Amino acid sequence: MRSYFLKRLLWFFPVLLGVSLVVFFFIHLIPGDPVLMMLGESAQSGQVENLRHQLHLDLPLHRQLILFFADLLQGKMISIFYQKPVLEVIFPKLAATLELALSAMLIAILIALPIGILSALRKNSWFDFLARIFSLLGVSVPNFWMGPLLILLFSIRLGWLPVSGKDGILHLILPALTLGLAMSGFLSRMSRASMLEVLGAKYLESARAKGLKEAAVILKHALRNALIPILTVIGLQFGALLSGAVITETIFAWPGIGRLLINAIFSRDFPLVQACVLIISFSYLVVNLLVDLCYALADARVRLWREK
Amino acid sequence: MKRKPIIYILLLIIGLFVFAAVFAPLLSPYSPDAQNLCAGLSGPSVSHPLGQDKLGRDVLSRMIFGARVSLLVGLSVVLISLFAGFLIGAISGVFGGILDQVMMRIIDLLMAFPGILLAIALAAVLGPGIGNVIFALSLLGWVGYARLVRGQVLVEREKAYFESARALGAGWVRIIFRHLVPNLAGPVLVQASFGIAGAILAEASLSFLGLGTQKIPSFGSLLSHGINFLRTAPHLTIFPGLAVFLLVISFNLLGDFIADYLRVENKIKS
Repeated sequence: MRSYFLKRLLWFFPVLLGVSLVVFFFIHLIPGDPVLMMLGESAQSGQVENLRHQLHLDLPLHRQLILFFADLLQGKMISIFYQKPVLEVIFPKLAATLELALSAMLIAILIALPIGILSALRKNSWFDFLARIFSLLGVSVPNFWMGPLLILLFSIRLGWLPVSGKDGILHLILPALTLGLAMSGFLSRMSRASMLEVLGAKYLESARAKGLKEAAVILKHALRNALIPILTVIGLQFGALLSGAVITETIFAWPGIGRLLINAIFSRDFPLVQACVLIISFSYLVVNLLVDLCYALADARVRLWREK
Repeated sequence: MKRKPIIYILLLIIGLFVFAAVFAPLLSPYSPDAQNLCAGLSGPSVSHPLGQDKLGRDVLSRMIFGARVSLLVGLSVVLISLFAGFLIGAISGVFGGILDQVMMRIIDLLMAFPGILLAIALAAVLGPGIGNVIFALSLLGWVGYARLVRGQVLVEREKAYFESARALGAGWVRIIFRHLVPNLAGPVLVQASFGIAGAILAEASLSFLGLGTQKIPSFGSLLSHGINFLRTAPHLTIFPGLAVFLLVISFNLLGDFIADYLRVENKIKS
């Protein structure tokens, strides 16, 4: 067990380093001079040289790489637009994104779990048919369409909810619903599949043979085992929520890291773009690591198989 | 087969989009860029069935040309990713060893980026344009195919026909293209169908964010224009979104259908 945990933790750091390397090379993919692209063609030569020096682009590549990591770790990477350390700009926005992502996740779980489980219990019924259509719609309706449709219905036609911004719980409902509905489509499909797999297991027959009531068989034996893979999927979907938040935050003017990233792209603030991509990827990696470790703790079969 | 009528409907929807994309200049009632400022934001009418945008341009004509962008990006990304992913996955699986280990670590690394985030960042540094969008999406697209093909190769190489081909002295190129390709076609086709849906969605997302195509109309850019007039001209948002939705759901269901068909075929064979 300990060796699996150690291996998984040791693998985490090279991946983190690799992700940072990919992000470091972004700026070198810019066609032409990245400094001129950031400041515009009309920039004065003094400004150009200052920024080139600030971004260490006047140094050889290997020194740029070392200083990139040094700046990153010491929090010295400066946003060109805000003229302050990128982490100071990002952290307040990250909190808003987490608020949105966690609310969306809660909505998705509350909708998808009952639908997925009930449709597995009533396989091939009308409910199952409707539930499968719901999950297909959830997977196929794009965020950038779902959001405006919800605004059209709940804000413009019914006037119940505000269109955009962040000022209290009412402002959270539509963006969280947009993200949550997309996730619930996938999650209800996975819950149904997981529950169906468990329902065919031999140990349920043994439980019934022992004389347990059907409700107890489902709740105590089937549901508990079906929940393990479902929880993993929920964790892994967190990454999809973070990248989906880029679009949702843009639609609803939600002041999160996704909207910050898009604004940084349009103001050509590439250090801030790099930092946003790194922080989002880092959060995704940490959540994946935690999910993997929890899964190994919860399911002995996985642990033993992976240790082999 | 019970699902046969659905497959015809799916193929009809996809066929209609392909037909519109190929014959866009002949089918579109107006030029996609022809402006009529006096009729800006007009709703659907007989002469403009899907209405007009702020500059009075015909939404239907712009959507017909938008289908070109969606399908061009979707198909190009899948073809490039499939070719690269197949080669990398097959070589990695057939040869194994250190090469396989290195490739798998690179794949793990690229999979560590969430969703379309890396494509957004790449499109941002490369600048707008169809070529850049295709490049950005393909750079990540091959990963899924490589992993799938490598996994399948590991299964296939244990089978008797593989051993026989090797014993008969067949070279690796012959083994890959003559024996592996036909055996892997099924699962790869399923993945490709989902891949087209994913690429269409990703392109529309990039264009919606202003990072995709700028000069040529696309579903994503039409939507991002429309969202500014949600109150006065909701048709500008509803129709392009519906088009993306129909395309994505059709390719997703087509993938599901092929997967089901292959499962039944395999059952019959075994």
